[in-house]
Amino acid sequence: MAITRDEVLSWLQAYIQVISENMEYLTELDSAIGDADHGANMNRGFQAVLAKMPSMEDKDVGTILKTVGMTLLSTVGGAGGPLYGTFFIQAGTKLAGKMELTLADWAAAVEAATNGVINRGKASVGDKTMIDALTPAVEVLNEAVRQDLSVSEGLKKSAEAAENGMKSTIPLVARKGRASYLGERSAGHQDPGATSSFLLLDTAAKVWANNL
Amino acid sequence: MKKLINKPDEVVKEELQGVELAHADIVKVHYDPNYVVRVDAPVKGKVGLLSGGGSGHEPMHGGFVGMGMLDAACPGAVFTSPTPDQMLEATKAIDGGAGVLHIVKNYTGDIMNFEMAADLAKAEGIEVEAVVVDDDVAVKDSLYTAGRRGVGLTVLMEKLVGAAAEEGRSLKEVADLARKINGQGRSMGMALTSCTVPHAGKPTFDLPEDEMEIGIGIHGEPGRTRMKIKPADEVTEMLMTPIIEDLPFKSGDQVLLFVNGMGGTPLIELYIVYRKAVEIAEKHGLKVVRKLIGPYITSLEMAGASITMLKMDDDLIKLWDAPVKTAGMRWGV
Repeated sequence: MAITRDEVLSWLQAYIQVISENMEYLTELDSAIGDADHGANMNRGFQAVLAKMPSMEDKDVGTILKTVGMTLLSTVGGAGGPLYGTFFIQAGTKLAGKMELTLADWAAAVEAATNGVINRGKASVGDKTMIDALTPAVEVLNEAVRQDLSVSEGLKKSAEAAENGMKSTIPLVARKGRASYLGERSAGHQDPGATSSFLLLDTAAKVWANNL
Repeated sequence: MKKLINKPDEVVKEELQGVELAHADIVKVHYDPNYVVRVDAPVKGKVGLLSGGGSGHEPMHGGFVGMGMLDAACPGAVFTSPTPDQMLEATKAIDGGAGVLHIVKNYTGDIMNFEMAADLAKAEGIEVEAVVVDDDVAVKDSLYTAGRRGVGLTVLMEKLVGAAAEEGRSLKEVADLARKINGQGRSMGMALTSCTVPHAGKPTFDLPEDEMEIGIGIHGEPGRTRMKIKPADEVTEMLMTPIIEDLPFKSGDQVLLFVNGMGGTPLIELYIVYRKAVEIAEKHGLKVVRKLIGPYITSLEMAGASITMLKMDDDLIKLWDAPVKTAGMRWGV
């Protein structure tokens, strides 16, 4: 079964809620190795997205995601703004004109989005960033498409991969972003960006769990 | 959290409203997107200078907008880079036909947002150059970090480059001057206390009563080493030595010595540091030809100080002495 436009909107609604609920948690993670603003920044951006939801309801998935990206770009600030802005704009570009998505569409969108983040932030796996959660999820999604898994199964596996990727950032020494200033002292803390990226894919898996 | 604010969400907007009321003769404030702009912008035929960064470092950058310094500044949320839409609108507002220089401090977010803004401005036909300030010797500069942070030197650069633009130098000349300044200035800071981001509600890091953090940034990022607190003279030595060794500053060099307060440290202490810093500079054969002392690039209410030294020459001395009229720095007018 395909993911409908309305389900994409439900995913966004749910993620707005997840960010709001996890604002303090993300800020706490960022206090340890960054500058204590990731939670508040993401929440400010996604509250701005919430305000735009009514204007998106009759649009195609591509337009919806591009609108989300542009909104984040002008409201989040920090590194999160350009990175999450780019993520949604690239995903939206890949899904231009679509009213529903197959697992292959979703995999291609997440891959394009992740590549956009890599180009903007110039990070690789192991640098202790969002990429540590996103790249393994992309690999798993592409594999799920090859194996012809159901949408819900593919998403569940991608969320698990993102979760493992997120947890893999704990022992890492940061090589990008503000955490890199700490050198060895950044080890032992989970990366806030990898955490918000895991939550994004995890929310998709939960909201779209009934797609067989 | 104990702060003289109303609501965390309103901090930046209400500060801008205060700035607008207080300095209407120097700046205008634009809201949504937020930027502070010189009252007579765009100045025809002059290179426009734009900087910006997170709020919480006042008077930088909004307090440095005015004749002889910046044409506009984009304030982000507290300790958060501003966004490309702000920078684009500010760039357009100050383009007097001679191009616009973006002065960017080396932080991942600032770099990415300014890059996106420069792309958008170029697409609209505005000539934009960007210079990155990365003067903090506390951070190891290597391929494996985001590179050195932009700290105290930013203040000096904005003043010097502002004077050069006011003189009518071209975009390329002004950008080259900014890069030269970045190449011959170094900084290092320390903190006695942490600071609290209004949204976070509690200190960014814990610093026990009897300890200090050496190599602190301006966002409450923990520094590189923590130790028992020492007398001011020893702390000054710990900041000056890496600065002198890094460039390196050599006997006979003329320097501008800048002792900056982090927000919570009074001038009485900054002068104690300045006195020792001059002594150390002179011991190394350096001649302090210009100085700046005070809270110019702060980190909310953090107690602590940073030292910046810039190697000077006749041109830089002339630019430093040139008139400037901003909320945060004013002389010769």
